[in-house]
Amino acid sequence: MTQALRLHRAFERIWGTPRGWRGTLSTVNHSTLGVRLMVTAFAFFLIGGVLAMLIRAQLATPGSAFAGPDIYNQLFTMHGSIMMFLFAIPMFEGFAIYMLPKMLGARDLAFPRMTAYGWWCYLFGGSLLLIAMVLGVAPDAGWFMYTPLSSKPYSPGINSDFWLLGITFVEISAIVTAVDIVVSILKLRAPGMSLDRMPLFAWYMLVTAMMMLIGFPPLILGSILLELERAFGWPFFDAERGGDSLLWQHLFWLFGHPEVYIIFLPAAGVVSTILPVMARTRILGYGWIVGAILALGFLSFGLWVHHMFTVGIPHMALAFFSAASTLVAIPTGVQIFAWLGTLWAGRPQMKLPMLYLVGFFVTFVMGGLTGVMVAVVPFDWQAHDTAFVTAHLHYVLFGGFVFPMLAATYYWLGHVTGRQYSYTLGKAAFWLIFIGFHLTFFLMHIVGLLGQPRRIDTYPADIGWTGYNLLSSVGGFVTAIGFGLFVIDLLLQFFHAPRTRRNPWGAGTLEWAMMLPPPSYNIASLPQVDDREPLEAAPDLALSLARGEGYLAEPRNNWRETLAVETASGRIDHIVVLPGNTLLPLWTALVTGAFFVLMLLGLYAWAPVPLIGVAALGWRWAWVQGGKQPFGKLPIGFGDEACVHAEVQGSPGWWGNVFFLSANGTFFGSLLFGYAFLWTIAPNWPPPELLTPSVPILAIGVAGAAVAALFGRRVRALKGPVAGLAALFVALIATVWLLAPSPTSHAYGAVLAVLLGYGALHVALAILIGMFVVRRRGAGYVAATLGAEPRIARLWIDYALATGATALIGAHMPALLA
Amino acid sequence: MLAGGAAILVLVCALLALAFRPRGAVRDTSVRRWIVGGGLIFPTAILAVLLAYGLVVGERLLPREDPRTIRVVAEASRWQWTFAQPGNAGMIRTPGVLHIPAGRPVDVELRTLDVIHAFWVPRLAGKLDAIPGHRNVLRIEAGQPGMYYGLCAEYCGIGHAGHGFRVIAHDAAGWASFQAGGE
Repeated sequence: MTQALRLHRAFERIWGTPRGWRGTLSTVNHSTLGVRLMVTAFAFFLIGGVLAMLIRAQLATPGSAFAGPDIYNQLFTMHGSIMMFLFAIPMFEGFAIYMLPKMLGARDLAFPRMTAYGWWCYLFGGSLLLIAMVLGVAPDAGWFMYTPLSSKPYSPGINSDFWLLGITFVEISAIVTAVDIVVSILKLRAPGMSLDRMPLFAWYMLVTAMMMLIGFPPLILGSILLELERAFGWPFFDAERGGDSLLWQHLFWLFGHPEVYIIFLPAAGVVSTILPVMARTRILGYGWIVGAILALGFLSFGLWVHHMFTVGIPHMALAFFSAASTLVAIPTGVQIFAWLGTLWAGRPQMKLPMLYLVGFFVTFVMGGLTGVMVAVVPFDWQAHDTAFVTAHLHYVLFGGFVFPMLAATYYWLGHVTGRQYSYTLGKAAFWLIFIGFHLTFFLMHIVGLLGQPRRIDTYPADIGWTGYNLLSSVGGFVTAIGFGLFVIDLLLQFFHAPRTRRNPWGAGTLEWAMMLPPPSYNIASLPQVDDREPLEAAPDLALSLARGEGYLAEPRNNWRETLAVETASGRIDHIVVLPGNTLLPLWTALVTGAFFVLMLLGLYAWAPVPLIGVAALGWRWAWVQGGKQPFGKLPIGFGDEACVHAEVQGSPGWWGNVFFLSANGTFFGSLLFGYAFLWTIAPNWPPPELLTPSVPILAIGVAGAAVAALFGRRVRALKGPVAGLAALFVALIATVWLLAPSPTSHAYGAVLAVLLGYGALHVALAILIGMFVVRRRGAGYVAATLGAEPRIARLWIDYALATGATALIGAHMPALLA
Repeated sequence: MLAGGAAILVLVCALLALAFRPRGAVRDTSVRRWIVGGGLIFPTAILAVLLAYGLVVGERLLPREDPRTIRVVAEASRWQWTFAQPGNAGMIRTPGVLHIPAGRPVDVELRTLDVIHAFWVPRLAGKLDAIPGHRNVLRIEAGQPGMYYGLCAEYCGIGHAGHGFRVIAHDAAGWASFQAGGE
């Protein structure tokens, strides 16, 4: 038996997914889950596409009676929501989950169970929305859900609740996946892969995932507030009682604009990866592109207000956001010209992926140019909310995301299937999609400038829009036929094509240094990386890795091992032992789902039960990790040795908590922003009745926070800080229970309840985590003594005391000063 | 803006197409020319001009002090527009039709009774939202007497598509008769 085959069998036994339903439900393998995410997202894309066809059928002729306004409103709301939340984001997440470990020279992502939990949450949350659609009670207040249209008085049905709860459920998946991706990129790479040797796609995904951690919390907060208003009458957005519908718009677009770049950046990463291979050269200006990605990530948070040019904001403030909006054209321009320069430097070949990239170039540049137009304020006053904007956003998203993803499909399909591409249907599909798309949406620019608004279900025959709309609809159906061909093409390749050879495109990145389709463990040994394109220097890397001529080549203790590196330098830091297959993610997702279903059914009294269940499962989740016996330094090959992650302070778990708490901090920051916004901008303030201040309660809370902050810091003792947090918890609960005005009377009381409740919840979680680590120490677990667990507990304690004390003081101060 | 946009599109497409021409001599692919020139300086220059232009035009469109300005209240509801303005004998309320004098600036104060709506008469001005609890004022002016169509530009539920209104701009005589209470 050859060495490679022996290793393959040994690793497959450790990493493989058992056959049968139990294996299917319990797998945490990133390749399997990545493909599942992509397939699920593609299914949602087809559903969203059918909805688009129904919309075009309705608009094809004036005065159409195909769908009434109630159905039509559900159609366009669901089309937008599905494409944004259930297609675009999960699609690139699935792609990144599948591809990142392979490109980075690792065997899996940092948190495999979270990967599985993310997929289940996405599947269940998305299914909620589909159920709503089948029952005919789909959301109908637009994908942007503006209040008060989406509030109880104007949307009394369950429709909006399906949106708020279903999408929030899916956002849980987005957050855990983003943490998973960030930590995997920063820590789980092949030895020697310093940051400046990382494939560009990893840079793109790093920035994208960080943007998700900052961009999604405002949306989640907005959804929670709106659901609280709908379920319990807490008036965050009701102007009569001190709320403001503009608060929803700010929270929504704080998410909604970065969202566009969150969708675009992974696709741009795909372009930056495929294009140099098609041009048979290296990318031009690697450093410039990294700078452009960082700049885009940063700028995209400064321009959410450009969705609100018509709400009556002062003109000079609009000018600022207009400038920020046009500024993003510069890093985009840097990338476009880097790509053009790369094509000029190399010898490009018009292979199928390249054809789709040409489609991307033409479409996306047009979308970018109309984007600059609508960033000019006076122009936007005319074009806003017309079909012109519909056209613009489809050029950007279809051009900037769908075309690159189609190119990616043809480029990497052989990687997933292990088969080679041998049909020409893909070319015909391209031309149908390309021509159909431009026919549909180019005309929308014109009809938009002729005054056709968005979101109308019908229009008069004598207004001059008829011909454009009919041709748009024809174009839509041509596009649909193109996608039909694409699907047939995929199926043919899955079932009929011959086996592919290794690295068919002659690419330089590590994902091609493995068997195709990839085995469950990716690579039998980890390479030493000295170059951005390791395969260029060593074309036979795949074979030598399979023979075990790299790091971690010998399986041991039935562990799923991969290496963690120092973030910047790529020097070996420690061994990560990843968890194996388990049903925990499925159970946790089911219990999480029970919470959302209970909320949806209005069984609010029962809703806390699944939350306690999630906490219990979370306890179990952390408890089963790690062991009681220290191993010290273990050999990893080439004479090197390293500790396992349970014995180091900077384990992936610690990093994961840092990034999760960053996202959480954004959530808390958005809540403080909402408090300040309502106080200063909203009508009907100040509130009729302020909180009754109590100096003793405030003092108890602040003293508790101080104890928690100061005690046990050096020696990592946890009992003192936990006692301090308990005092803070009592003060928070006493304030909301005894001192604050009713949350239903005025937005002031409602915000205080959420603020104090948030503080109390996090203090309680920190206490729980502190107790967990104390118990684990008692039980003799290595990670709770030598490892990162006390640091993680400390992190949570510090976060909880900071947010809890801020909430307590923020609630008391205005009343004390008054 | 349209011509500039088209020119840039043609430029990018041309550069893209030329990249595929058959091999010749070694090409100039310096980072400086492509990225600094094409990606940095080129868009910065164009955007600066465009921004300044937009700011100037925007300022000109803003409501300004003018003694001849008249003020109208537009009240939006689902799915009706009602306009109110002072006439010779008290307030005149006109559902569905806004009467204004031609050639004089009109400040439309936007209010809503329920959800967010947006007031838009494409041929007279840009659009502005009517938001619960807020008061927005839009300046419009009709150069010529005549009839102009207006519509609601913010999605407001089932009746959104039909949530329109008309604007009648009167000449001097018509305006006097309207203010006197006739139509």
